[in-house]
Amino acid sequence: MRLFRRSAWALPYSIFLMIFVVAPMIIVALYAFGFREGHFTLQHFVKFCQTPEDYRTFVYSIEIAIITTVFCLLIGYPAAWIMANSKLHRSKVTVLLFILPMWINMLIRTLATVALFDFVHAPLGESALIFGMVYNFLPFMIYPIYNVLLKMDPSYSEAAQDLGASPWKVFWKVTVPLSFPGIMSGILMVFMPTISTFAVAELLTMNKIKLFGTTIQENINSGMWNYGAALAMIMLLIIGITMLFSKENDETEKGGLL
Amino acid sequence: MNDHIIEVKHLSKSFGDKKVLDDISFYIKKGEFITFLGPSGCGKTTLLRMIAGFLQPDEGTILMDGQDIAPLPPHRRELNTVFQRYALFPHLDVYENIAFGLKLKGIPEKEIDQRVRRVLKLVAMSDYEDRDIDTLSGGQQQRIAIARAIVNQPKILLLDEPLAALDLKMRKDMQIELKEMHRKLGITFIYVTHDQEEALTLSDTIVVMNEGKIQQIGTPVDIYNEPVNCFVADFIGESNILKGRMLRDRRVAFIKHEFDCVDEGFGEDVPVDVVVRPEDIYFTKDPEKCQFKAKVNSCIFKGVHYEMWVDTDTGYELMIQDYDPYPVGSEVWLYIDPDDIQVMKKERTCNVFEGIVKSPEAITIFGEDFPLACEFEPGTHVRVEVPFRGIDLMDNLDDGILEGEVHFILYKGDHYHLTVKTTSGDFVWVDTNDIWDKGDLVGVTVKAETVTVTKADL
Repeated sequence: MRLFRRSAWALPYSIFLMIFVVAPMIIVALYAFGFREGHFTLQHFVKFCQTPEDYRTFVYSIEIAIITTVFCLLIGYPAAWIMANSKLHRSKVTVLLFILPMWINMLIRTLATVALFDFVHAPLGESALIFGMVYNFLPFMIYPIYNVLLKMDPSYSEAAQDLGASPWKVFWKVTVPLSFPGIMSGILMVFMPTISTFAVAELLTMNKIKLFGTTIQENINSGMWNYGAALAMIMLLIIGITMLFSKENDETEKGGLL
Repeated sequence: MNDHIIEVKHLSKSFGDKKVLDDISFYIKKGEFITFLGPSGCGKTTLLRMIAGFLQPDEGTILMDGQDIAPLPPHRRELNTVFQRYALFPHLDVYENIAFGLKLKGIPEKEIDQRVRRVLKLVAMSDYEDRDIDTLSGGQQQRIAIARAIVNQPKILLLDEPLAALDLKMRKDMQIELKEMHRKLGITFIYVTHDQEEALTLSDTIVVMNEGKIQQIGTPVDIYNEPVNCFVADFIGESNILKGRMLRDRRVAFIKHEFDCVDEGFGEDVPVDVVVRPEDIYFTKDPEKCQFKAKVNSCIFKGVHYEMWVDTDTGYELMIQDYDPYPVGSEVWLYIDPDDIQVMKKERTCNVFEGIVKSPEAITIFGEDFPLACEFEPGTHVRVEVPFRGIDLMDNLDDGILEGEVHFILYKGDHYHLTVKTTSGDFVWVDTNDIWDKGDLVGVTVKAETVTVTKADL
């Protein structure tokens, strides 16, 4: 008889997940629904709907997240395509240069962006915010797309050429559809964290523009734990919906990074 | 205007240092089923990819209907390809895959529909329009890949080892269907395979290739019955390849016996190679007919025939195929028809190396110093002749002066003829009684007493 079954090896990880992921989420939920006070209530969610400032911030955060994601996709896809195309570059250096920022702390990168805007005397504000976000999250878009493109069998594009497709048509009719799983992964990896950022927004707009992450942080900091928890739940809901949406795609096709 | 749809002239291609195609010229007739046949790495796929337009030749031209197609990108060439692993688009269903090329050409929806249905019927895949590609079996994907290519009504259909991924039974069925399709469509098929049996079954013309060179072009029957060299004889079918001597026209000696043959024009007393197919050696009870005697060494049932190895009275081993078995150990009388003896010019009778005298005791060949004495001044360019038997192969690489890899092995009845490729990429030919396997790493030395050194004429 074997002393340990293979599933036993998962135990430390399960404990870790219970303590640091599941338990905090339960605590957040307990606060949000008022169980801490001993009775179930939706009043904190109702309060959110009745506070125009907060739900406007929420909608605005989603707008910024969408804009960031779109820019990341527009810049990231061609970058990934060039990197994956062995004809256009032969070394891994380009890949490294794109991935390198991922290894540097996000706050340091953002402070550097602020310094850069200062240096060229550009005003901080909404455009600086979007610039900073795109700069921060671009690698998360590039990498999954690059991965899918790199693994793509070149015979698909050859087959398309053989059937009469010009390089442009090959790109739109074969390469892009086949890299869709990578695109979905990339969108997810950029969209989800951008909704909840707050430090980047604070630094790049001199606290002029507030994102939803900041709202949550302010509420919790000022002792409104129940309301802050409710706001966090709303954000989790949006992230959860995005995940579900991409799950459906992943089941039929091979996933990228996720 | 001739009927050559493709004409290839002096085509060469290298990848890095490796020459994949070396000055290839041939033509393809309109409507022909032509096969490029050869072992992997012989350049056949490279050649196909150049015709398709995925690779550009280093030198030489490819003419299609008399026009140089070098400037045409793949999507503007009037040919279509069936890829080795099919390359069906996984994001499209069967119908969309087949319609892909037609849609690009802007053909009206109604006509596309008709043509897709017609071609699906042709490959016996009607009612599969809406299926996803990954729900199809290998054989079905194969059919869709063919349908996707022929629906465009190309002038030429290129097929890159299309049956390699199928199991034996399916492969046989598809061979018959391909042949049938070729007959119905009437377009030129260019087929690439390493399977000699497939090539013999399907083709009108076979181009046998090896090491980037064309070895022989001919009909399947020609290539089987009259191979031009040992490579072709060995690669196509089973054969006894033997060292021989052409005594005079229509008379050849091998396995230490003399035979009548039908070949002429080799000259008198010239060393040759002789090929006799195992099914062309006959048993007889008639002492008049018997040309030589042998003892049966082994006898294996192969389904249709028996495969027997016999030892001749002169010490050679021959393979014989016959419908009737003869017991192991029995003495048999054998004869060969003059028609069935294929005599080939010897490609070489000894190794000839170019060398430079380094010192009175050493000659540099392929960058290594061999301990060979000669009377020429150091620095003289010399021609070093080493007979096949004058080369020793060693298990231990350090014992050899050169290192090499056994590249090609021919059994010649009583010894092995080996082609050894040295690490420098040069070839050394060796006769030996030792058994080596293809790919073995060996040390190579030269027996000094067998070597002839002459001054090279520059």
